[in-house]
Amino acid sequence: MMAQSFRHALFCGVITLIIAWPILGLKLVAEGTSITVRGADAFTWAAVAVAAVVVFTFQLFRDRLMGRLEVLQALNPLANREPLPDAKRIRLENIGMVLLIAVALVWPFLVSRGSVDLATLVLIYIMLALGLNVVVGLAGLLDLGYVAFYAVGAYTFALLSSYWGVSFWMALPIGALLAALFGLVLGFPVLRLRGDYLAIVTLGFGEIIRILLNNWTSLTGGPNGIGGIPDPTLFGMEFGRRVRGEGNVSFHETFGIPYSSEHKVIFLYLIALVLAVFTALVIRRLMRMPVGRSWEALREDEIAARSLGLSRTGVKLSAFTIGAFFAGFAGTVFASKQGFISPESFVFLESAIILAIVVLGGMGSQLGVILAAIAVTILPELAREFAEYRMLIFGAAMVLMMVWRPQGLLPMRRRHIKLKGV
Amino acid sequence: MLEVQNLSMRFGGLLAVDQVSLDVQEREVVSIIGPNGAGKTTVFNCLSGFYRPTGGRILLDGREIQGKPDYRISRLGLVRTFQHVRLFNRMTVVENLMVAQHRHLNTNLLSGLIATPGYRSREQKALDRAAYWLERVGLLELANRDAGNLAYGQQRRLEIARCMVTEPRILMLDEPAAGLNPAETRELNQLIVSLKEDYNVSVVLIEHDMSLVMGISDRINVISQGRPLASGTPEEIRSNDEVIKAYLGEA
Repeated sequence: MMAQSFRHALFCGVITLIIAWPILGLKLVAEGTSITVRGADAFTWAAVAVAAVVVFTFQLFRDRLMGRLEVLQALNPLANREPLPDAKRIRLENIGMVLLIAVALVWPFLVSRGSVDLATLVLIYIMLALGLNVVVGLAGLLDLGYVAFYAVGAYTFALLSSYWGVSFWMALPIGALLAALFGLVLGFPVLRLRGDYLAIVTLGFGEIIRILLNNWTSLTGGPNGIGGIPDPTLFGMEFGRRVRGEGNVSFHETFGIPYSSEHKVIFLYLIALVLAVFTALVIRRLMRMPVGRSWEALREDEIAARSLGLSRTGVKLSAFTIGAFFAGFAGTVFASKQGFISPESFVFLESAIILAIVVLGGMGSQLGVILAAIAVTILPELAREFAEYRMLIFGAAMVLMMVWRPQGLLPMRRRHIKLKGV
Repeated sequence: MLEVQNLSMRFGGLLAVDQVSLDVQEREVVSIIGPNGAGKTTVFNCLSGFYRPTGGRILLDGREIQGKPDYRISRLGLVRTFQHVRLFNRMTVVENLMVAQHRHLNTNLLSGLIATPGYRSREQKALDRAAYWLERVGLLELANRDAGNLAYGQQRRLEIARCMVTEPRILMLDEPAAGLNPAETRELNQLIVSLKEDYNVSVVLIEHDMSLVMGISDRINVISQGRPLASGTPEEIRSNDEVIKAYLGEA
């Protein structure tokens, strides 16, 4: 046992040396026109050696150290707490939800413009995460290319407005429906795949959309993106200093108040808030409808579900399409908020972050996902002073979270239908 | 009503089912028996559409159904249970029964989203039917429990109730008495008889418990090593030399 872990530790140490030596120890230096290889200074060598020793010692005592991690778990005061009874829990969650919405309503009138802008972004992520929650949390389909539908929504608005001058309110349903259509078309061939295979195909689809947007220069402007996306209007009132659209009036003149650039930001925030609440309510309702129960049944036992007459493709497709629909929603709001979009906004990392929100929040749980969306969007902003270390902190927070609460912030406890009078 | 002609199922070099024929009439209990590995469950899997048979025909009311997707066959009224109970464990007992009725519920998203009166009354009807069947199989007081927490015998009964709420015409039970104690087996016996008598359901039964099989079957088909060995009434099977040699004699 000891000899084995010693061999393993030695192996890991040597691997560390082999990897660190060329990467850190050798430097290419340009001397005139030629390039020569130089060794690094003594300090780097010492650091590499220390790293190898650290890896060696850690691996040697790994079992004992990991055993200590159990103690970490014990430090968590919530670890072994009895779960709340369902009824009480649901009431608490409802109160939490109402409080959140109340705070969200007064928020823009209390804080700075930058905070409102950030809060709008949070709301967009909430919409995205709630949508992905349907696909991953409820239907159990691992979708790594969710950002593609977000892109479809955003680009639909951008293109419609730049070619035909379509307004935000027209583009919102069109963008969402088009994203849903993409979900349907993509879902049809791939949903017979399971687990890992589905994840890879969706990952590929996400990249295809991004690369298409990047290279179809004549239509999408390629990497230059599309700018000049109009802001939403309120019953034909614009929020800019000067009126751009024909027949529109400006908001500040109508109400006879001085112009402020904050009006627009707050208005956009409120739109995002309404849409996020709408998303949450619709999905909440869906969860309690036959279609929601079908998602769960199919996730629980596919064979049994099929034997009862549920069509696998139909049920999965409905989840995929509904998820895509809300991503399209979020995309339209995003395009309007930024005023400019490019394929860079729709990289794989976005998909990964949205997925992380869903997992952190607790798959299938709405309030959990909302809280996680707030945390994941705001924490990196708060940690801005740590500069390049903030992604590291973000990563560490995720690891700790998964050690302490692998089921997520607020694991899903669905509201069951009860048979009354029993 | 159900007619199986020369059904064959080949997995690579293995001929799991070879030229099996059987038929099921209205209100009839037909059993399929045979030693372990004889291919009984494979026959079920072909009938219920989990496998696409490599040969033969399956006719329901004279129409060919072999090779149709499983969920379509189930919607035609040919519903099965499983050798190892397959419930939706983290859903409640009543929810298990609700899922089974989805094809009877309106699947229109919009009417559900705004909860139209029609939608609500359909949902209520489904709940009522679920309650009725729970009462019928003696699980009513456990309706709001998670299905995974039920005792094994209760899970078996729930699985049958879950099939019954789909209003099947033919119910296929794969070893329903496995793991049940004698008292539970007697209850199962009564339940199957009542399904036939009171609900006009035909039952296709795979079972090893000979007293159960002999007691309730109208006809029995014996399969051995994928081939049909004999078929007939319980009396005929009981006195069939080949069957005794191949199956009963060993047991």
